[in-house]
Amino acid sequence: MKSSVITFPGSNCDRDMDVALKKFGFNNKMVWHDDEELPKSDLVVLPGGFSYGDYLRCGSMASKSKIMQSVINFAKSGGLVMGICNGFQILVETGLLPGALLRNKYLEFICKNVFVKLDNNKNPYFKNIDKEVLEFHIAHNEGNYFCTPEQLKEIEDNNQVAIYYCSDSGQINEKHNPNGSIKNIAGILNKKKNVLGMMPHPERMIDKCLSGEDGSIFFKNLINNLK
Amino acid sequence: MSVNEKVAIEHGLKADEYERICKLLKRTPNITELGIFSAMWNEHCSYKSSRLHLKKLPTSGKKVIQGPGENAGVIDIEDGDAIVFKIESHNHPSFIEPYQGAATGVGGIMRDVFTMGARPIANLNSIHFGSTQNKKTKNLLRGVVHGIGGYGNCMGVPTIAGQTSFDSSYNGNILVNAMTLGLVKKDKIFYSKAAGIDKPVIYVGSKTGRDGIHGASMASASFDDKIEEKKPTVQVGDPFTEKLLLEACLELMAGDSIIAIQDMGAAGLTSSSIEMASKGKLGIEIHLDKVPCRETKMTPYEIMLSESQERMLIVLEKGKENLAKKIFDKWNLDFAVIGKTTNTKNIELFFNKEQVAKIPVNILVENSPMYDRKWRKTKLPKKNKIIKKDFKNLKILDVLKKILSNPNVCNKKWIWEQYDHTVMGDTIQKPGGDSGVVRVHGSKKAIAAVVDSSAVYCWAHPHTGGKQIVCESWRNLISVGANPIAITNCLNFGSPEKEENMGEFVECVEGIAEAAKYLSFPVVSGNVSFYNQTKEIGIKPTPVIGGVGLIKDHNKMITMNFKDEGNVILVLGKTEGHLDQSLFTRTILDEKNGPPPEINLFNEKNIGETLLKLIEQDLIKSAHDVSLGGLIMGISKMCIKGDIGIKLKKPKSLLSEFEYFFSEDQGRYIIEITKSNLKKVSNFLNKNSVYFEEIGILKGKSLYFDEKTIVSIDELKTYNNNWLKDYMSK
Repeated sequence: MKSSVITFPGSNCDRDMDVALKKFGFNNKMVWHDDEELPKSDLVVLPGGFSYGDYLRCGSMASKSKIMQSVINFAKSGGLVMGICNGFQILVETGLLPGALLRNKYLEFICKNVFVKLDNNKNPYFKNIDKEVLEFHIAHNEGNYFCTPEQLKEIEDNNQVAIYYCSDSGQINEKHNPNGSIKNIAGILNKKKNVLGMMPHPERMIDKCLSGEDGSIFFKNLINNLK
Repeated sequence: MSVNEKVAIEHGLKADEYERICKLLKRTPNITELGIFSAMWNEHCSYKSSRLHLKKLPTSGKKVIQGPGENAGVIDIEDGDAIVFKIESHNHPSFIEPYQGAATGVGGIMRDVFTMGARPIANLNSIHFGSTQNKKTKNLLRGVVHGIGGYGNCMGVPTIAGQTSFDSSYNGNILVNAMTLGLVKKDKIFYSKAAGIDKPVIYVGSKTGRDGIHGASMASASFDDKIEEKKPTVQVGDPFTEKLLLEACLELMAGDSIIAIQDMGAAGLTSSSIEMASKGKLGIEIHLDKVPCRETKMTPYEIMLSESQERMLIVLEKGKENLAKKIFDKWNLDFAVIGKTTNTKNIELFFNKEQVAKIPVNILVENSPMYDRKWRKTKLPKKNKIIKKDFKNLKILDVLKKILSNPNVCNKKWIWEQYDHTVMGDTIQKPGGDSGVVRVHGSKKAIAAVVDSSAVYCWAHPHTGGKQIVCESWRNLISVGANPIAITNCLNFGSPEKEENMGEFVECVEGIAEAAKYLSFPVVSGNVSFYNQTKEIGIKPTPVIGGVGLIKDHNKMITMNFKDEGNVILVLGKTEGHLDQSLFTRTILDEKNGPPPEINLFNEKNIGETLLKLIEQDLIKSAHDVSLGGLIMGISKMCIKGDIGIKLKKPKSLLSEFEYFFSEDQGRYIIEITKSNLKKVSNFLNKNSVYFEEIGILKGKSLYFDEKTIVSIDELKTYNNNWLKDYMSK
């Protein structure tokens, strides 16, 4: 399986994502934001970080990068595009995903483990994972997902929510909402389910000595789904 | 503007220093030259009050590749790898403007590390604030934490450990000390020593603005009522540019174009150019009109003294300019050839072809003033006569709860959850443990790092305090299973012009030196911050030690959380009941006098080395050193983190329970072992003459003293975990 990770100026989880993808069998290439052409890929990843220093609005400048036109075309033709953290913010800015990511409710950066409930197991990213709740890791300042009531209805009607923040037993409530996101939404898909944006970083959970191993479950499943 | 003594004094120079300048130059300096002298000769850059005493520190050892004198220290971690590390203060700017002050402190220290060719792999910080009752404290804490996070998070370097204290002596002078560790191949280390003449001098990074002019001079003065007026001397950080600068520099460093490289930190272009020339025993010629500026009509004086961030000065091999430029263009950074090295041994500055300054480099560096300041020795205070009567109305559980929620020992999650501590995917011990630990990427090895200070002990008796922090750092590294290698120190003190403060400095340094020598734990880098005082009120002497150790196989790393019910808990080292200067005596008995606990370096070394051998043999399940709050604090934290209770044995000692559980005798560790290994471990400890006591067995979900004295772990958690969060949200 071929994957591509885009490096923007200010990306800082690009290496971590490269390590994770390779660990689980992807043949990964790093792609520079200023390139025009995307290498042949089965999966394109927009990694976390602070592209363009988060200036203007998180993800907004990166969404106008040269390579992004190719990424958008790739997504529109059904290719798998996954944005993690800042990558999610970029996807929202391109319009590939609905809504916006606002500053965290308590106005503070949060770095910690969280639990997420898988909502939709029909998409290529999470289908076949036999657990309902995964332990993931978040590290962000602007992960407070917001959208209009109309958008929310559409997202829910189309089963576009990928994961919700929840308790370890899968309870979705305000107490387990780390950043104020609408309905505890931690990650969403586009209508066609080929584009995923999520705040948690599965690439930081790929070894028992790190924050946890549920990221391994995610990547193993992902490559199997793509085969 | 003509220069005279009055102008010199306004620049922070003393009258006799100005006289010395005129004598050395054999003329009156012009204003640009005076600015350069004031930047080079202030305390922050010249170490004029501290140099004499810093020589007492041990700085070499088998593992030391580079000691003090470079941008950072370097140690060998085998297999061709090396760790570059240093700690630095950014106290004054952080008090004036907490966010930017702290942020640029973090940015500055990371630059020191990647200037040497190392990719930063971990950040740490030690921050000290005034009393929690002081109305400024909350905002300063919030601003500093946001600033540290704002910069470090954006750079993508994990903040893996830290230390936060509160004490009213910091009411008017907070401390923000930042430490960075970087990883480099031993044969790819870059230094600041220029070599060869006629080599191009390159400016890269951000443009130069008017921010931070005289920042280093500000850091060398005391605060007064007009402190707010100093806001313009605080630099403004841009972590995004620094991230680009990091990547661009490392890309250029992969080749062989660089002869010397130096970041523009304190005193900006002035100190960076002069240091490179001085180390290479060369001259340097700079055309200031070629320096990329972000503001118009900047004068040579302003360009030389600006402390704009995210800038580097590089001496390149001739002919490599285009190759280098391409890399910096790719990263959208400024690149300009601004001068060349010369054989004149002068620093010569030109502006639009007109010479604006010419000073022999050695005058600025070797001939800078050095003072043997007067200092006063601190006598060892008399022991307090604490008698049983003092404990009469105290109940151990009440005291424990109170101490658990003391600001200086309570859980600091509110702080470290705002720092990205997991980026780079190698953090295997997060903040909250005895040391932070990161894997050496792609290898079995891991690096442990920790920052410590004990201002209260240093205040009570500087020499003992100095020794104590080094030992504490050593213990914190051993507790996670790391072999301690070397330290960096950040020496925060009041005014060196006051005998009392100078005495604190001298004796702390001597204490640090004694312990570091004994433990073969050399000082490879550091920084001195004097004048931490506001209106004559100085801070408690606060040397901060950053320790670094190596874990050869990260699978052998130890954590402090209790692991399994049924396991046996031992305390290594003797509990003598020293209560003076303990958290208990200071906060519960409200007694602030008395000597700090004694340090026995022989025991310290023996116990630490023996514990490492036990860890090596996989006999240790968890470990934690005993420090602030005493034995019971250590046990409580291990219970809380492991979510396991303990049934304590009645101590065999003659001490009262308060002395036994709250005393802060040094050189002690709490360890967890399995029952089946008890005999083996006991024999090994006896063979190595390590005193130990069996103090309990892990059981249930509460801390059990006796049938009447029990407290649940959940309750302990509430006291320990909530204080800071509640305080900050009030």
